[in-house]
Amino acid sequence: MTSFIIKRLASAVLTILVVSALTFSLAFLAGDPAIAIAGKDSSAADIARVREYYGFDRPVVIQYGEWLAKALTGDFGRSFHYQQSVADMLASRLPITFGLGVAAIIFALAIAVPLGVAAAAKPGGLIDRFALGLSVLGQAMPTFWLALLLVVLFGLTLRWLPISGNATWQHFVMPTIALGTFALPALLRITRAGTLDALRSDYVRTARAKGLGAGKVLFRHALRNVMIPLVSISAVQLGALLAGSIVIEQIFALQGIGALSYDATLRADLPVVQAITLIVAVFYVLLTLVADIVNAILDPRIRESW
Amino acid sequence: MFRISSLIAGASLLALTATSAFADKNDDTLRIGWGGDGVMINADNYLGGTRTGIWFTKMVWDTLIERDNATGEYKGSLATAWQWVDDKTLELKLREGVSFHNGAEFGADDVVFTYNTMSAENSGARFRAIVDWIDHVEKVDAMTVRIHTKEPFPQALEFLSGPMPIYPHKYYAQVGSVGMSNKPVGTGPYKVVEMKPGEQYTLVRNDDYDWGSPKSKAKITNVIIREIPDAQTQVAELMSGGIDVTADMSPDLVTRLAGVPGLEAKMSETLRIFIIGLDAAKRANNPAVNDVRVRQALNYAIDRDGIVKNLMAGAARTLSTPCHPLQFGCSEEAAVKYPYDPEKAKALLAEAGFADGLDLTMYAEAPAKEAEAIMGNLAAVGVRVSLNRVPYEAYRDAQISGKAPAFLFNWGSYSLADASASISFFFKGGEDDFAQDKDVIEWLKTGDSVTDPAKRKEVYASAIGRITKEAYWIPLFSGVRGYAWDADLDFTPYADEIPRFYEYSWK
Repeated sequence: MTSFIIKRLASAVLTILVVSALTFSLAFLAGDPAIAIAGKDSSAADIARVREYYGFDRPVVIQYGEWLAKALTGDFGRSFHYQQSVADMLASRLPITFGLGVAAIIFALAIAVPLGVAAAAKPGGLIDRFALGLSVLGQAMPTFWLALLLVVLFGLTLRWLPISGNATWQHFVMPTIALGTFALPALLRITRAGTLDALRSDYVRTARAKGLGAGKVLFRHALRNVMIPLVSISAVQLGALLAGSIVIEQIFALQGIGALSYDATLRADLPVVQAITLIVAVFYVLLTLVADIVNAILDPRIRESW
Repeated sequence: MFRISSLIAGASLLALTATSAFADKNDDTLRIGWGGDGVMINADNYLGGTRTGIWFTKMVWDTLIERDNATGEYKGSLATAWQWVDDKTLELKLREGVSFHNGAEFGADDVVFTYNTMSAENSGARFRAIVDWIDHVEKVDAMTVRIHTKEPFPQALEFLSGPMPIYPHKYYAQVGSVGMSNKPVGTGPYKVVEMKPGEQYTLVRNDDYDWGSPKSKAKITNVIIREIPDAQTQVAELMSGGIDVTADMSPDLVTRLAGVPGLEAKMSETLRIFIIGLDAAKRANNPAVNDVRVRQALNYAIDRDGIVKNLMAGAARTLSTPCHPLQFGCSEEAAVKYPYDPEKAKALLAEAGFADGLDLTMYAEAPAKEAEAIMGNLAAVGVRVSLNRVPYEAYRDAQISGKAPAFLFNWGSYSLADASASISFFFKGGEDDFAQDKDVIEWLKTGDSVTDPAKRKEVYASAIGRITKEAYWIPLFSGVRGYAWDADLDFTPYADEIPRFYEYSWK
């Protein structure tokens, strides 16, 4: 088991390095970062000054090496624009994005699990068709469109919820629904498919034959079997939500790392872009790792194979 | 059934708690939504350099001089009197009895510190041009300073009334730019209560603001500014009462909002100008634009009136000058005019040897509709434009590296009402000058250094005459900014794109 974890960690570190090197070089491919940093209405001389000040005229490999050496000691540097320490900026913004991601996953699970199980209990039935419709709709509808519809309904017509900002928990309701709906279809389908498989299996037939009630069969035997893929998918989805909250944060004016990364990319704020990429990559890799471990706990067969 | 009713109950509970967060004019709080062009990255706008930073600066700080928007006259603000001692030395008497929000007395040390710090070589000031003219500032006595300029600098008063606020010297020396941004301290009509950088700024009226500033004392007690990047979200907030005013509306949003009861919306002209620059300096190696007849033909080919009328709601003005006519020295009479005349354009192109048409690569960072209309106009006279509509960074990259024979862009002159902020920036030699016209360079050097206003007008007129005769640029139209606000708010937009939030009041 130890060697398995070491192997997994080594490949994780490699993944993260590749991702961060790619982001760094992409920032230079997109054009001279000095222009973005100097900003609109800056003169050619302003731009030249910025280029020299940050040393952008040197080879990208050397600049990346410098950044990496510092990052390894935990020094992410200062934002080119805000002049503040990148670590401080991330510390104040991560909780917003992370909280939103977790809330969205919980929202998605709260709908996907009961609905998926109920749909599987009677395939082709009314609930099943509704679930199918919901999952197609959730997948087809762009998040920003749903977000705008929510704003019109809950913010303008009914006036139940504040539209933008992050002052209170109410401010997170619409973003959670919008983002959660994005994760919903995958979870819904995996729950339904997994439950269907379990219901067709021998051990469920045995349980039924023993005279267990339908509810007990569903929740004690079938659902437990579904948990394994569900945990994996949820972890992957959470990673995707962290990275994918950029649009939602823009629309709802939430100052999380999504909004920050958008802003930082436009302004070529390299230290910020690099740090965010690194953090999201680390999260993604860690979540997959955690999912494997949780699976091992849930399923004795996986545990024994280690 | 039980489920549904509890859902509704829960939702109405939400509604009850949420409404308290909505705006209410009864609490005398002006809620501003801004951020369409990105967040205000630093309240210390010497370093931040954002448009919203200029607006924030106007509320929290003061400048030595203030320009009267109606008359254009310079009025004493933190300075009460000034005179040129010689052509490179401006002496200013400072106002007694002004305090910063932290209680510190304003005096010569603050002026000396602020300008010497910001004009220093590695100050980090974003737009060098704003401070670069200062050599150093000297304290004469507690209430008198002398600004020594590097070269004679007649635009000094305009710059001093522009983006050059005065900071409290002890405080800034202690906390630095980041500290100033996190807890701004100025002399202005509003005091900062709380800063959540990139998110929300809370201000309250400075009740001690009665030392005779030409800016009025704030009429509304509280101001809450929120960074809302998305224009659609701003509209939703405006309609639900979450904010009272925004300045990020596009022309079509303004048209739609103008009909909404309880709201007012307006496009307002700005000092920004839209131009197509042509590479007459042979950097892009395109022989066509090096021919003056081709450049003139392009000028004749564009239907500026049509674009302004149809795409900019008629709020902009058409331009004949390489600067904004509201700027000092920007004489329209001096400009050679190119009225819309496709036939003449064709004739000039034929004369230049392009009777069969001409291929032209144009980079643009302008709005799509305007760029497409211009393409259509040019196509009608046989100019086949290959348009690269790209983000600002890519546009600027192409322009500087000499890949762009034609470039459609806009210029805001840092809100300075002096023609030099446009003409001298682009035609006085250097990398941003794509004409490199020796006479123009000489005229502008004179105009930027003589103090006599009549002489300045005269040489700028010569420069404008030459630039337009040679058709180095295709001046198009002025910019517009779209505002929308609560009908209860007495709001007026200004041409320099700086809303005076302290002037506005409830009806």
